[in-house]
This record gives sequence, C-alpha cells and structure tokens, in this order.
Amino acid sequence: MTEVERRRASRVNPYFEQLADEAGSLLPNLPAVEAPGRVQDVDHWGRSARWRELSRVLYEPMYRYFFRVDAEGLENVPAEGGALLVANHSGVIPPDAAAIMHAIETELGRPVYGLAEHLFKTVPYVSVAWARVGGVSAHPENAHRLLHDEHQLALVFPEGAKGPAKTFRERYQLRRFGRGGFVEVAMRAGVPVVPIAFVGGEEAMPNLANIPGVAKAFGLPFAPIPVPFYLPAKMRFKVLPPVNFPDKPNLPRYSKGRVMEYADTIRDMIQQEIYAMLRDRRSVWFG
Amino acid sequence: MTRVLITGLSRYWGGRLAQILENAPGVDLIVGVDTREPNVELERTEFVRIREDYAPLRRIVEAAEIDTILHTHLIVDSTATTGRRLHEQNVIGTMNLLAAAGATDSPVRKVIVKSSTLVYGSGRGDPQIFGEQSKRSNAPRTGIERSLIEVEDYVRDFAEDNPHVIVTLLRCANVIGSDLETPLMDALKLPAIPYLSGFDPLVQVVHVDDCASALAFGVEHDLPGIYNVAAEGMLPWSEVRAICSKPGLPLPPFGSGTAAAVLRAARVVDLPPELLAMLRFGRGVDNKALQHAGFRYRYSTVQALGDLLAGLRLKAVVGEEEPSVFYQDDLENFLHRHALDRSG
Repeated sequence: MTEVERRRASRVNPYFEQLADEAGSLLPNLPAVEAPGRVQDVDHWGRSARWRELSRVLYEPMYRYFFRVDAEGLENVPAEGGALLVANHSGVIPPDAAAIMHAIETELGRPVYGLAEHLFKTVPYVSVAWARVGGVSAHPENAHRLLHDEHQLALVFPEGAKGPAKTFRERYQLRRFGRGGFVEVAMRAGVPVVPIAFVGGEEAMPNLANIPGVAKAFGLPFAPIPVPFYLPAKMRFKVLPPVNFPDKPNLPRYSKGRVMEYADTIRDMIQQEIYAMLRDRRSVWFG
Repeated sequence: MTRVLITGLSRYWGGRLAQILENAPGVDLIVGVDTREPNVELERTEFVRIREDYAPLRRIVEAAEIDTILHTHLIVDSTATTGRRLHEQNVIGTMNLLAAAGATDSPVRKVIVKSSTLVYGSGRGDPQIFGEQSKRSNAPRTGIERSLIEVEDYVRDFAEDNPHVIVTLLRCANVIGSDLETPLMDALKLPAIPYLSGFDPLVQVVHVDDCASALAFGVEHDLPGIYNVAAEGMLPWSEVRAICSKPGLPLPPFGSGTAAAVLRAARVVDLPPELLAMLRFGRGVDNKALQHAGFRYRYSTVQALGDLLAGLRLKAVVGEEEPSVFYQDDLENFLHRHALDRSG
C-alpha cells in the first residue's frame, strides 16, 4: 500500500497513525479498533482497551518488582456476571485500585471498572487518562448499569477520601463505609459484594499529617503532608468469599437498617482479615 | 384518521414534519402555525399566521377539530434568539398551547413535544448515561435549560390533568445534519474544531432524519411518557475531530467562557455555555425506551457523522441549495397547471 492509499483508507491524521505504529512496535498485542467507522476504541464509559493494555504494560514492572503484589483468593471473583468488588483504601495517592485492577485483568481476563469520586472529572488531562484506563464516576446509576445491565466487575472503596486521608498513626483502622450505598447498589443490581482486604498501601505513601483548614478553603477532599514518592512496601491483598444478598433486585427502596447492617458486616470482614494479614506480616518491605 | 396541528411550520422541524405527514395516509388534515410564511414546498398543509405566544390557538384547534398537536417549535439553540423572546416562545407559547389543548370540550387527544437533552445538563456529578427518569446533577445555569425545564414541567402537569390525552415528550440529543444551523454544527464546520484542552468528553448525537422520523413515529403511534431520542453509541470529542479529519482548536480548560467570548466577538463561532459544558463533561442518554416502543434508528452516532461529512462534501461542490429539487418542483407545477388548463 502506498502512503497516499494508506491515508485515504484510514482518514486518520497520518502523524497519529505513525505514532500508533511506533507505539505498537514497542508494545505488542494492542487490541484492534473493531467497530466500523470508528478510529478509537473508547467505549461508552470512556474506557479504551488499548489504553488499558498500554497501562498494564507500563505498570507491570511496578506491580511485579516494586510493590511485589501478592494476590490471593482470586478464585473468589466470579468468572462471569456482575459483582461489586469492595476494598479498603489507603495511601495518599492510593496504589490499591491499580494493583487490584491489574491482578484481576491479567489473571482472570475480566475488565474491572473503578468507581471513584467525580472530582477526577474536573481535572484537565487527569479526567481523560482516568476514564480511558477504566475509571467511572461513582454515581449509583453508573454502578447499576455496569453491574445489572452489563454484568461487569466494578471496584469501589466505600471509605472514599476518608481512607487516604487518615494519617500514618491511624493506619489500617478502617473508616466508616459511607452510608452503605454500595450495599444498596449491589442489592438493587442483584449481584454479590466481593470484599477485598488490602495490605501495604498505607506504607507505600504514608500521610504524615493533615494540614488543617486547607482542604476546606480549596474544596479538596483532604490536604495531606505525604511522603512525596512511593516507598517499596510489599503489597498483598486477599479476595474474600462473595457476600450474596437474599433481597429482591430492582426495588425502588431498601431498608436502611438492613443496608447498614450488611455494610458493617462487610467492613468488619475486611477489618478482621487485615488484622490477620498484619499478624502474619514480618516486614513492611518484604512481607 | 388524524388531524394534526404543527407549531413552528416555518422553521426547520415544522416544515420537515409537515412534508412527512403530507405523505402519511392516516393524516387527514395538517394545519401549521407560525409567525411567518413557511419556506418549504407544501401541498396540502394549511398555514395560519399567529403571534409568537400562540394566543388565538384555541379557536384554531376547535374550528379544525384538531386531535393531535405536534409541538416542534421549542427553541433549543440559545444563540438563535434573545432571552426575552426565548421565554416568550418556549414558556409562554407552550403554556398557551397546552391551555388550548386542555380546554373543556377540546378535541385534542394527543400532544407531542420536541424537547432536548439539554434538560439533563452536563456536569461533573452526572451519570454516564441519562435514563428518562434520571435527575440532573446540578441546578440549570443557562436560560435555555431553565426555559426547557419549565416547559417540561407544564407538559407534565398537563399530562396529569388530562389523563385522556396521550402526551409524548421527546428529548432529542444534539442533531446532526448538513442543513442545520446549530452551535454544534457551526463548530463542526470550522476549519479547526474547538475543544477544551485536557478534556475529551463522550458525546452522543442524533441524525436529522432519525429525529424527524421519531417525531412522525410519535404521531403515528401512541407513546405516553418521556423518550430520549439519540443515536446508538457515544464518541470521544477527539474521535469526532479525527473522523472529520480536522485539526483541533484548543481552548483553555479554565476561563473557557472568556475564550468563547473572544471567538464570538471575532465572529469565528458562537459557543454557548451549555455547549462548553458538554465539551467539558459530555452527555450520554439511554435510547432504549423508544426502541422498545418499536422505533428503529437508521444511523448510529458514527454513521450520523459520516453522513454529515458526505452532505458537507456535496454542499462544497453544488453550493448551499440543492438546485435539482427546485427544478423538479418547477416542472411539476408546470405540468400540473397545464393538466388543469386542458381539463378545465
């Protein structure tokens, strides 16, 4: 094919095509763009299989040699159907989401959508990168669509910003699991909650102290004084058996009491598992 | 047998729908109202000139025994008019229209309103895809959104007060068509397509033919309730630019309103705040409800864009008007006149 033919055939800026070719030769096995007429492979969640693959390739050395992640209990992640993965959240820039998504996608071959604060959507460039690698804003309607309509895996951290905001002294003391919204979402979608206990995140980027007043003044979720880079803490996480709910899906309302009861039970499961894992841990750096 | 009243006959949608319904066998009578003469060829549509607030409508409805009102004339483009006229046309106009439709002994049994997905807004707290029942995540900040929401409130009240009337509310996504003049179309026709640096939102559009078919579908079928009208699939704005094979015109992510004001002052393009919000956060809507009711879209979002580009390429060669259509009409008229002469 001549250069001119190639341009005509693709109608894509040839510069980008060349870039993609070069990137492709460096990073093999990028999934193809399949839909006719499309030039990108971004789905309706803003997620791109190619971006995802690229980020996995780039993140792999970090996962394998820096954090040396041990993933246990992956057989507890359903092989098909929707499930809401629920984990504890820690570290000033939490390393847990990337590690869990990476492990499940590489080991089980299932995509994971990470539900997070919609604050991400307002930050230029971050908003795009975050969406392309599988971030979705944690709106209950988004979660329902992912879990119920599309039978996907979604990962959520019910502690929200309160998890990363806790200081090093308070490490591994789980915060309140919101108002149990995640349980309600799972009940309504008729999917199980899969609890995950994550150890090592707290030491990877500890928060030494919170600066009082700053967060409120600038509308930020928290204003930490962090260790300004990742420390090579050994990471280990354990997927616990799924929690199924007997409640009927698609009800307009669920009893707040039951929801909170389940949320507390799940929080407790994760907290107890973290304590067990900490009892086994001999070294922060070597596990 | 249906007797239809169309609002906004002299605007794009009114004229287009009148042409479609003229060919529909079940439609007995078409009355079109507007403030000015229609600008499309119509055969059997009767035109009545009225004031922009629709005040005399009740008498027209009664006299013509209208049973279906097709309200196409809601302004959804804030750059097309002033704030006062927008309010007058959308809110007061709809109020009077519904008052006429809901009068005692009114023959009206069906009302179809063409609204816009602008009522959902575009914000950081939005769901990725709005269902018909989804709530907006922020208070409306622009006049156009406020007026459409007010209109929808009236329509909802009307539906509640008149359970014997089928009320269909169609929320159309941004419409794509080479004949249309909307801020989005203006942006796509520029040599470089504006975007906000650091943002690449997902957008969803609907092809102009699909939008027109959806309105006609509402006339032909009974669809009580709210329906989103949008093509299948959402595209990142960067992909829209790539499909159009045009470079981007980057606007600063902060102070984009000021940048848009500069572009407006320089007469490059008028990007209203609601479009800027969409270029930041995007907007997707669920289009399944209308499909469950039996409607089929001809174009996906990608195909709609492809067809737009084809249309624009044709226009670049043959000019704004399609002359063949006019020759055809002139010929028909000539033949028709002579046939009359011979017979009479």
